[in-house]
Amino acid sequence: MQNIAKEIRLLTCQCIASIGQGHIGGSLSIVDVLTVLYYKHMNVDPTNPKKTGRDRLVVSKGHAGPAVYATLCHKGYISQSELLTLNKFKTNLPSHCDMNKTPGIDMTTGSLGQGLSCAVGMSLASKIVQDHAYIYCIIGDGESQEGQIWEASMFASQKKLDNLIVFLDNNNMQIDNYTSNINSLIDPKAKWESFGFYVQSIDGNNIDAIDDAIIKAKKNKDKPSMIILNTIKGKGVSFIEQKGVANHSMPITEDDLKQIIEELK
Amino acid sequence: MEFRQALEQTLSVLMAKDEKICILDADLAKPNGTAPLYQKFPNRCFDVGIQEANMIGVAAGLASYGFKPIVFTFAPFATRRVCDQIAVSVSYAMQNVKIVGTDPGITAELNGGTHMSFEDVAILRSIPKMTIYDAVDANQLAQALPQIMNLDTPVYIRMPRKLSTPVFDDNYKFKLFKADVVSVGTDITIIASGIMVHEAIEAMKMLKEEGINAEVISINTIKPLDEETILTSVKKTKHVVTCENHNIIGGVYSAVSELLAKEYPLKITAIGIKDRFGQVGKYNELLKEYNLTKIDIYNAVKNNLNK
Ligand SMILES: Cc1ncc(C[n+]2csc(CCOP(=O)(O)OP(=O)(O)O)c2C)c(N)n1
Ligand SMILES: [Mg+2]
Repeated sequence: MQNIAKEIRLLTCQCIASIGQGHIGGSLSIVDVLTVLYYKHMNVDPTNPKKTGRDRLVVSKGHAGPAVYATLCHKGYISQSELLTLNKFKTNLPSHCDMNKTPGIDMTTGSLGQGLSCAVGMSLASKIVQDHAYIYCIIGDGESQEGQIWEASMFASQKKLDNLIVFLDNNNMQIDNYTSNINSLIDPKAKWESFGFYVQSIDGNNIDAIDDAIIKAKKNKDKPSMIILNTIKGKGVSFIEQKGVANHSMPITEDDLKQIIEELK
Repeated sequence: MEFRQALEQTLSVLMAKDEKICILDADLAKPNGTAPLYQKFPNRCFDVGIQEANMIGVAAGLASYGFKPIVFTFAPFATRRVCDQIAVSVSYAMQNVKIVGTDPGITAELNGGTHMSFEDVAILRSIPKMTIYDAVDANQLAQALPQIMNLDTPVYIRMPRKLSTPVFDDNYKFKLFKADVVSVGTDITIIASGIMVHEAIEAMKMLKEEGINAEVISINTIKPLDEETILTSVKKTKHVVTCENHNIIGGVYSAVSELLAKEYPLKITAIGIKDRFGQVGKYNELLKEYNLTKIDIYNAVKNNLNK
């Protein structure tokens, strides 16, 4: 899976380079979790994206679309040539995830704070119809400043949604500054534990650690799961990592791509 | 000059003069251009993070203490995201909060459908006491801000962040609540707001070549409307086209229709978003997609005049 993650990182960069600029930092930080989900855990079928009973993923931090598209491309949902249409006029790959445009996207996101509630709704629905699906959701640490994240968390716990596995992309960065300088989550583990979640805090760019945490989360009963992914924004490409907060959205040129290909060999 | 540069420069002057003015951002201080103010006025600038609803409430609390808060975020998050907080904590509670919504309508460009507000004016127009100002160019914005900050009622300022096509020259004098007749004509009145004023002027030039004299009005505030200027013009030309970077439901077309239905009923042709959602695209692609170009306005005028 390490190699797959590298390939998906490259595809993510190529996707963004095709339009010259985009949300690269928060895309690269979640490539590892996307890899483990799509190549180990999720019950999905690229030839039948709407298969009933499938596991679902809500990327609540919808600006990470390029990483999701790269993963869907690697899985065969979309072609390599289509991957390079990011944000072009009339594309099926808009900057923020859109369930009515891209095969394999389970929920439309982009207005931060809303996706987790939608994932909670899916988890409830799955319990009612008993399709034994897992519902995964990825939220940002900046996004977690939105009150709606906490409304959704409270309710998920009240309803004992143990089929809901949430990932916090804890990269400590947002647009204006470090998250801890703006409005800190202080101790996200304690926060979600007090909201009634089964919480694990791990190296979020470590494939084995992610796999292990998902296995444990699936075994856990009667509580929703929170897996805190301690990640690096822009992970995997050194010049992007080094940009720090400025890598939220930045230009990626054809020349940059050459350097990226070298580094991801 | 970009809109956001004019915004920052003007606020910098205003905040130096008036210690009650404070700034609130929701993790978009850098994109919206307010970031430099944090260095100049560290005690009066607050980045609350990604929590727009909280930002409006905090602003209302500051206002209740006599401060003059201005909140900033992208137009959809400044309006539809926080509609109830604006309605109750700001407008109903009569708190003096100014709201800046950036990149309205198609100016959201590559941020796409989730970020493309075609309903922000409609939402806030139906809330009592709210003033709605749709900025035309950076020069006008710089003149409008001091006058807006002098009001003690809520105001929604709708402005693109970046490119500002100059419409008004150095001699221009903006007067809040007054529309500007930017071009005098006798055959038809084109009523436009925001970025559409430029398109309307371009259409007026095309029409002139064919001997059609269009009067172009920049209405500046969609609420309240400068009824007098509009009625005077329409009674003269007896033909009207409205132009807006917004859904024609609830925006300029609606506001003008409501006025003319009462005072001077006639057929009105609408240029604007015809009840559709946004999508990704560059400015010119989206102008074409939603039929907002000068050619669309030109055709609408001919159509209205049966020519
Ligand atoms: C409701 C809302 N407010 C503001 C934005 C603009 N915005 C897009 S990404 C972003 C920062 C996100 O930070 P975080 O959640 O930490 O994501 P990451 O660091 O993983 O990119 C902001 C403020 C938005 N998309 N939605
Ligand atoms: Mg972050």
